[in-house]
Amino acid sequence: MSLVESPERPAPAAAPRPKAPELRRKHTRQRLRTLGFLSPWLVGFSVFFGYPLIATVYFSFMHYNQIQEPSFVGLRNWKYVLTQMPLFGPALWNTLWLVVVMVALRVVFGLGIGLLVTKIKSGVGFFRTAFYLPYLAPPVAATVAFVFLLNPGSGPVNGLLEAVGIPAPGWFNDAAWAKPSLVLLSLWGIGDLMVIFMAALLDVPKEQYEAAELDGAGAWAKFRYVTWPSITPIVMFAVVTGVVQTMQYYTQALVAGKLASGVNIGPGTVIQPGYPDHSTLTVPQLVYSLGFQNFNTGAACVLSLVLFVIAMAVTTLLMRKRAGLLPAED
Amino acid sequence: MTTTPLRAGGAPARTGSTDRGPAAARARRKRLLHWIAVHAVAIATALFFVLPFVFVFLTSVMSDDQAMSGELWPHEWNWSNYATVFSTPGFLDWWKNSLMYAGLGTLFTVCSAIPVAYALAKFRFRGRRTAMVLVISTMMLPPQVIVIPMYLVWAQQLHLSGSLWPLLIPMAFGDAYSIFLLRQFLLTIPQEYLESAKVDGCGEVRTLLRIVVPMAKPGIAAVALFQFFYCWNDYFGPQIYAAQNPAAWTLSYGLESFKSAHSVNWNLTMAATLLVMAPVIIVFFFAQKAFVEGVTLTGVKG
Repeated sequence: MSLVESPERPAPAAAPRPKAPELRRKHTRQRLRTLGFLSPWLVGFSVFFGYPLIATVYFSFMHYNQIQEPSFVGLRNWKYVLTQMPLFGPALWNTLWLVVVMVALRVVFGLGIGLLVTKIKSGVGFFRTAFYLPYLAPPVAATVAFVFLLNPGSGPVNGLLEAVGIPAPGWFNDAAWAKPSLVLLSLWGIGDLMVIFMAALLDVPKEQYEAAELDGAGAWAKFRYVTWPSITPIVMFAVVTGVVQTMQYYTQALVAGKLASGVNIGPGTVIQPGYPDHSTLTVPQLVYSLGFQNFNTGAACVLSLVLFVIAMAVTTLLMRKRAGLLPAED
Repeated sequence: MTTTPLRAGGAPARTGSTDRGPAAARARRKRLLHWIAVHAVAIATALFFVLPFVFVFLTSVMSDDQAMSGELWPHEWNWSNYATVFSTPGFLDWWKNSLMYAGLGTLFTVCSAIPVAYALAKFRFRGRRTAMVLVISTMMLPPQVIVIPMYLVWAQQLHLSGSLWPLLIPMAFGDAYSIFLLRQFLLTIPQEYLESAKVDGCGEVRTLLRIVVPMAKPGIAAVALFQFFYCWNDYFGPQIYAAQNPAAWTLSYGLESFKSAHSVNWNLTMAATLLVMAPVIIVFFFAQKAFVEGVTLTGVKG
């Protein structure tokens, strides 16, 4: 900017290089400008991310009940969480189960709904809105609604199932059905995937379909050889972000377990999460339970770090495969 | 995208009087069957999405006894259930807190994300790619990973637990997801606009405020909406920091205690549930375009 104002500024190509101090001043100024614009995030990143991450590592080697001073215990917390803690296995299993089943079904269902919407000729607006709205329902509200709809006593769904003679499951009250019920809830909120698949499907060039039709391709062949190759990046994106989201799966599982257990509690009351039979206990819930109910800070921090390592592994994979997240420009 | 001309009845129109003969009739019949099949599937699927809302609504106006009966249609319409919900102690406070959390949270996030996203999108500097990688990494991180030390700081050193400030203050320092989304949007602004602003003598700040922000309105709207919804829906945050102080609860958090306090009154719980859903859905209808723009931005661009 000062270069622009400088009076005897010559044409750049023929010019002698600007004097070194001037150039350096310009660079310093640019660097300060960049730092200035980035400063909110630089502060936020160090204070609200860097610090707690380091502190989590520190506490993972400490015995700390949040009252007495922390004391160093070496690897005891790590050994306890990884080898002795009874709930670690179920929590990890449930989280992995949800990551595999929920993500797979959501992607398939989302793609199906996306395809369906692009085929609809009349009332597109109505159908699109109907399919999208549940995604907007706040998770707690949606979960409360589903616990009611699916409750074995007076829920309308079991009422309807019994009326047509289908044996009604116990849904959130049955250890075998609790996770599938959560999956059902997540399929109800498919709106986000529907929209990105819809956008991807509409981007497939129409001429390719016409060319395939001329070659006598049927519906499946058209999907397999025209649609699929051009939407693979979006499918990949949906899978990876789905995995990341599902590893954080917390609110719905917690609220469903609490409400279905029927224990008359307010929030804040100590109750072992994961009703029924730890079937809805996820890793994030266990972190909460260890840190804020049992005040076992050390073990909670170990579990946090386990979650962190898994999340980082997935994120690295995501950026390697460039599932649409990090543009290839620079 | 609809190319088939439609008749009032909804069935595809005949394409012209030249369409005669058995082959054309077969093609027409096939098209009609296809139309029927697609829409039958669509209607069946729509039921799966819509019926939960319908059942929740119907239950919300039932009498206390009927709500436990498993019947589907209300005998009498007790609109007073909604009044009862509103007069529940605390419910209006939860509304106020949710509005404050979502409103201030959105304001803080947008204001802090704009300059960061602009720098990441348009400045060339060493470490830019690293910064992007770090932004994406924080975005992907489960909030539970860092919550314990953060809680200890807010509760034991700053004595701010029992309020929503430990959730709001960090939002003034750049939320990773918002920065990422906004950056994706800002990448689409052609460099020429920025350069011509600079030729006209605008500094970076003026360029950002006068040129970039007006052009990025759709992106900013999408980010603001997402953040508003995130705060409105947040359960984990208020659970950590506001649990011990019911006066600081938000709707999303209080709803669960509402259910516990009215454990047998499914009708009241369903009315409260609808009242928690309603603002989000109303906002959606007013801002549909910005919203869909935002969702596609997450997946398609880049």
